[in-house]
Amino acid sequence: MREILHSLTIKVNGDSIAVVPGTTVAAAILIAGVAARKSVTGQPRGPLCGMGICFECRATINGVAHQRSCQILCAQGMEVRTG
Amino acid sequence: MSDRFDLLVVGAGPAGIAAAASAADRGLRVGLVDDNPAPGGQIWRSGATQPAAARKLLAKLDATPVQRLQGWRVFDSPERGVLRAESENACRKLVYRSLILATGARERFLPFPGWTLPNVMGAGGLDAMVRGGLPIRDKRIVVAGTGPLLLAVAAHLARKGAKIVAICEQASLRQLVSLAAHLLNQPAKLLQGIEYSAATFGTRFYTSCWPAAANGNEKLESVTLERDGKRWDERCDYLACGYHLTPNLELPALLGCNIDDGFVATDELQRTSVQDVFCAGEPTGIGGVELALLEGQIAGLAAAGRTEEAKKLVPRRRRNLGFVRALRDATALDLRLRTLASDSTLVCRCEDVSFGALRAQSSWRDAKLHTRCGMGPCQGRICGSATEFLFGWSAVSPQSGVRPPIFPARVSSLSHPGKINVPAASQAPPIAINHKQSH
Repeated sequence: MREILHSLTIKVNGDSIAVVPGTTVAAAILIAGVAARKSVTGQPRGPLCGMGICFECRATINGVAHQRSCQILCAQGMEVRTG
Repeated sequence: MSDRFDLLVVGAGPAGIAAAASAADRGLRVGLVDDNPAPGGQIWRSGATQPAAARKLLAKLDATPVQRLQGWRVFDSPERGVLRAESENACRKLVYRSLILATGARERFLPFPGWTLPNVMGAGGLDAMVRGGLPIRDKRIVVAGTGPLLLAVAAHLARKGAKIVAICEQASLRQLVSLAAHLLNQPAKLLQGIEYSAATFGTRFYTSCWPAAANGNEKLESVTLERDGKRWDERCDYLACGYHLTPNLELPALLGCNIDDGFVATDELQRTSVQDVFCAGEPTGIGGVELALLEGQIAGLAAAGRTEEAKKLVPRRRRNLGFVRALRDATALDLRLRTLASDSTLVCRCEDVSFGALRAQSSWRDAKLHTRCGMGPCQGRICGSATEFLFGWSAVSPQSGVRPPIFPARVSSLSHPGKINVPAASQAPPIAINHKQSH
């Protein structure tokens, strides 16, 4: 119950999703069910290492491209773009 | 706020926290820099379930005047005694007299067909996602790879409501029996193992078994498992697959620390070959939390000049080293894993370089020059340990070298003049160094 009371909202590719505080942007991208990025040959990719090493979870966060979404926490009103 | 330290610790996992907390008495100016949003490293990743030992040590750290730089990633060392670090939107120069490297380890990944599909992750990788807020109740998960992390992850995921379809350990039963025999001398670790077993009770556990392929279109739908030459499919939502751990050696190598047989060489007081640079935890040998804590304490005390106190801990550390060797043997990779990748299987995920393209190369350097393998933003951190196993190439060695920046950094950070606490040009997109396409 407490989690619901303390949820915050971010946008992933324009769609609003609610997450609990402490949620990483990478987790939010997985919750949204989209790929984090496209590879150099156009393949969809999602998080792999979860610790800022592999760069597979890169996304554009608040307009800043190539952010490692696994090391950034969701903040109210954050805008995330994937692909 | 000063960025000059008597002692700077890089990495806020168990080793780094122990080092900083041990050294912080007696008026030393100690800094602790870490690239994650919160301290704890990977093993004590924040979330609702930090173990009591972690909470206790973090409370101890809170009671010290250690300056904490959380969310700062060290990317180079422009001169002796200086590191530069970058955050989401700023850059700073960190000047130190002594340095403790507690850079931890990452998972080792091995390529197999389909391993690049979304929802195929590391074992620790998926666990990090769950601790980072990903709900997995009723999700079907295959946990695979090698090492004690698999059981710990499976137990945690099961407690979070996931349906663990199977745990596939590539090691043979004989390897595991040897490790278990060793653990009989380590009641704490044995007890932990029993707890993990209870949490995953009823789950299928296979030895000498691994994912031969991950299947799906846009994301994972099923995993093909292989055991004794037999293959079968399991439907699942996530595959959590990691082949034990490999140390983060980039910063130690950049600073010129001797690397011996894949790990940072240190003496009994955790001193590396470089003066006033110490190393503690997994980079000196994969040995788990208890050993990392001991090494962190020893390094912290030694770096603070409290050599006699440090020496008292050395025998305890020595007794723990047997576990490092036992773990190494228990996670030795089955050579059949080399045959999983087909010519079209990607090995380098940054530059999409296939196994077939790499087979034609004769060394890591050749592979970089001719195929761009290891030249993307991860700089070989993922494919390097794979090519080491597949081809015997060493990505981090005195021969292959490590070049700054060790992580992609913004141009504004690279040209940072080194003034204290100057914010970098805000909102500038980070530049992926050596990266051929902007995407």
